[in-house]
Amino acid sequence: MKRQMLALAASAFLALPGAALAQDKTKACFIYVGPIGDFGWSYQHHQGVLQLEEELGDTVETAYLESVPEGADAERAIERFARSGCDIIFTTSFGYMDPTNKVAGRFPDVKFEHATGYKREHPNVSTYNSRFYEGRYVQGVIAASLSKAGVAGYIASFPIPEVVMGINAFMLGAQSVNPDFKVKIVWANTWFDPGKEADAAKALIDQGVDIITQHTDSTAPMQVAAERGIKAFGQASDMIEFGPETQLTSIVDDWGPYYIRRVKAVQDGTWEQSDVWGGFAEGHVVMAPYANMPDEVKALAEETEEKIRSGEFHPFTGPINRQDGTPWLAAGEVADDATLLGMNFYVEGIDDQLPN
Amino acid sequence: MRIELVKRPQRSALFSMLSPFIALGLTLVAGAALFLALGKNPGEALYYYFVDPLHETWSLHELAVKAAPLILIAVGLSVCFRSNNWNIGAEGQFIIGAMAGSILPVMFPDFQSWVVLPLMLLLGVAGGAAYASIPAVLKARFNTSEILTSLMLVYVAQLFLDWMVRGPWRNPAGFNFPETRTFHAFATLPEIWPASGRAHWGFIFALLAALVLWFVMTRTLKGFEIRLLGQSPRAGRFAGFSREKMVLFSFLVSGGLAGLAGICEVSGAIGQLRPIISPGYGFTAIIIAFLGRLNPLGIVAAGLVLALTYLGGEAAQISVGLSDKVARVFQGMILFFVLACDTLIHYRIRLVAEPAVRGEGARADV
Amino acid sequence: MFEDILITIATAATPLLLAAIGELVTERSGVLNLGVEGMMIMGAVTGFAVAVTTGSPWLGVLAAILVGAAFSLLFGFLTLTLVTNQVATGLSLTLLGLGLSGMIGESFVGRAGVKLAAIRIPYLSDIPYIGRLIFGQDPLFYVSILLTAGVVWFLFRTRAGLTLRSVGDNHASAHALGIRVITIRYLAVMFGGACAGLAGAYLSLVYVPQWVENMTAGRGWIALALVVFASWRPWRLLVGAYLFGAVSIGQLHTQALGVGIPSQFLSSLPYLATIVVLVLISRNRRLTMMNTPASLGQPFVPDR
Repeated sequence: MKRQMLALAASAFLALPGAALAQDKTKACFIYVGPIGDFGWSYQHHQGVLQLEEELGDTVETAYLESVPEGADAERAIERFARSGCDIIFTTSFGYMDPTNKVAGRFPDVKFEHATGYKREHPNVSTYNSRFYEGRYVQGVIAASLSKAGVAGYIASFPIPEVVMGINAFMLGAQSVNPDFKVKIVWANTWFDPGKEADAAKALIDQGVDIITQHTDSTAPMQVAAERGIKAFGQASDMIEFGPETQLTSIVDDWGPYYIRRVKAVQDGTWEQSDVWGGFAEGHVVMAPYANMPDEVKALAEETEEKIRSGEFHPFTGPINRQDGTPWLAAGEVADDATLLGMNFYVEGIDDQLPN
Repeated sequence: MRIELVKRPQRSALFSMLSPFIALGLTLVAGAALFLALGKNPGEALYYYFVDPLHETWSLHELAVKAAPLILIAVGLSVCFRSNNWNIGAEGQFIIGAMAGSILPVMFPDFQSWVVLPLMLLLGVAGGAAYASIPAVLKARFNTSEILTSLMLVYVAQLFLDWMVRGPWRNPAGFNFPETRTFHAFATLPEIWPASGRAHWGFIFALLAALVLWFVMTRTLKGFEIRLLGQSPRAGRFAGFSREKMVLFSFLVSGGLAGLAGICEVSGAIGQLRPIISPGYGFTAIIIAFLGRLNPLGIVAAGLVLALTYLGGEAAQISVGLSDKVARVFQGMILFFVLACDTLIHYRIRLVAEPAVRGEGARADV
Repeated sequence: MFEDILITIATAATPLLLAAIGELVTERSGVLNLGVEGMMIMGAVTGFAVAVTTGSPWLGVLAAILVGAAFSLLFGFLTLTLVTNQVATGLSLTLLGLGLSGMIGESFVGRAGVKLAAIRIPYLSDIPYIGRLIFGQDPLFYVSILLTAGVVWFLFRTRAGLTLRSVGDNHASAHALGIRVITIRYLAVMFGGACAGLAGAYLSLVYVPQWVENMTAGRGWIALALVVFASWRPWRLLVGAYLFGAVSIGQLHTQALGVGIPSQFLSSLPYLATIVVLVLISRNRRLTMMNTPASLGQPFVPDR
């Protein structure tokens, strides 16, 4: 009795958040690698969470940790979530792969969802990712249709398969319109440094490209392109506000549908391990409205997007040669997902060299 | 109204003990005000910040994991700062140490034996020390400012690591993702008490390093030499000590310990090399070195406190919904209070209502 | 095109120069403020917020200067009045600034900014090859050059400058001469803060008109290194900032040409170049010592 009183007093003093209430709510927890104010990768994940809250209302409770460094801190952050009563934990960066699996082994009753990785060492770990390359292919088609110089500038972050795959898809899309199309690549060695991204965009424009696309997070390249009067593609979010007369379209990461589906599955008790790699068809990848281009280019872009969405066409369909001219895919052959996920070579026509 | 400091004849033992608690009191008051202003329950927020991370065993382990590299680096830096050498590139030495130590498990994964781990630790120390010797030699020989060189070398080390894990050292079975193969069992720094959490031997090394350096600094001739050269290079020269040798010595010690911290972090807490292995330990350790008053034992305490603020910040984010930014602002406030309260050790603070009478034009008042 | 590249270099160098010239004055007075990054990001967020809210980039610039100076007062109060350790206090200021700017800027993320437009002088700006470089850049570029010249004049041509340097070289004897050491240091710290704030505003109003967390991305640290690189001499600081800017932009151009050197090596060039040049110029020990403020980082309490 006395102990109960004490506990009651303690909880009254500390006003511990309604432990009883939490029982009938599903708790979904998220770990972001950047600040939610990055207006890029982490921001878009958080937008997905806001969609989730709106859709599921009172039946879901969410929590997040932002700017969690990939390294020793990640495991602690995930474990803290697992211990704090989360039913499902989304870890939204590749670097969280091993910590996620480690913690998952210790908490078999909690569901774990790791973005962009490939390890599912326990039945309670799923992985998910988006086929951004579908959008990149469409961008390539648009770029080659519009570019007078026949050269596009590509601001890349780091040479990981995801980025290499994007460059290749862009190039294949461009080659489908103009076989001699060229792309100039600058590696910024950062996901996020607006100043450096702006510098990279300027360097590319000064070397004669007349369309810019980026695989880094900030809106800086869009602003530079607007200032210099050329066209550009956005990244991660719709950046039209930063270049109303500049943005052709943007690949928007839309994680909301997936988060809603998975949390609902937890609520229904139907959650199962899965490996989802969604593109246009699943709503993971959304193209921002096509703008600032002639109608026939817009029509071509829409047609390409629709073909990919319906499954009629796969961007990586042969014949495709590797950079050195050796054949990779025979005519009509479609690349398998495993090769794409581990892609570390360029297709023919790209001048850059990958570190090896 | 002005604040005036009056130097105490000698450092106050009382305030030496008391100042951290005054700082804590001020922090609680200011923190409560901050959280209240943000519409949070201050009692709850402070509880999660300071108490929650301490009442579970796993969380104590995490505290040790977080504090280990900070303490290891900071005690090494204290030798540098005491001898007036400004090594602010411990972050780079941490990275190079981690890379040097990883040579064995990454390049020779089939070499599996109990000697691997000790060799890795030695290589880690050697790598960190070697990298630290660059600014040291440049300073001793060419008089180049070590502040600049050690800082610039941090960026170089980060890029070098980045290139290695994306290129030559990439895990052949890792789908070309930027990470090395995971270390085998012989290359993994064991946990101290595996049943209850993941604190590894790095924490023990940190405590040992602090004890050893405390002994060296306070009880040996070398410690005297370090302090003398730091306080008065001229006096040091007259005593026959070499400034150049001290530059090298202090950099080797701090670089070696930073390197050890690096290999312990990689081998104990992460288990492989990745493009980013440190969330800025080398810079945070500079703060810790001074919070601990450049005393190795004080540094242990300071390292634990700062580690606690990271853990507490997370707990408060999750439980009370304080944002990461608020946690960092609060962390900055804590640091300011601790630093300010340490003033009481050497000075009495007097509030003066009117400007002091100016005599002979030899006063400098605020 | 060549002109464009030079302008790009100037844009990359200007925020470094602005922040560094302020820190140079602070350090000349004997105070080492490692909080440049924190003051800079505070300037960036206030500059952006005020400019977007009022629609006037100039008000944004003004606000950034004021906030930078005010934020540095916190550092001044701790290190000068309470004689806390300058290194630790400066680093803590950076931590605080990064957190606080994130809090302030939360509602401004993802909003298009207001750009401080480049100036245009009819005819002069249209001169081929050099017109825009000399007569058509953003106003703060000219401010940065004038500021450098002004600091040279102040430090080496005025009595107040001499006083400030003497405080930095030997505060005890300056104090004995009746100089108000602490007052002068407060002013120098605030000047440093104001310049860092201005540099931040340059980032969020000129360089990339937007606000995102951590957008300074380490430029405050580079500015600090440049002060040392310049061995506390303003003109050399200008050279250093432009050298750093040129190598940074040059490596991007090298990449775009497709030379096949790993980008990490190219990216590390600015840092390596800074080291190499400093080694070459710092071999003359006497010259270096002459310009180093001897009291740098030393606490000072006037005895009464």
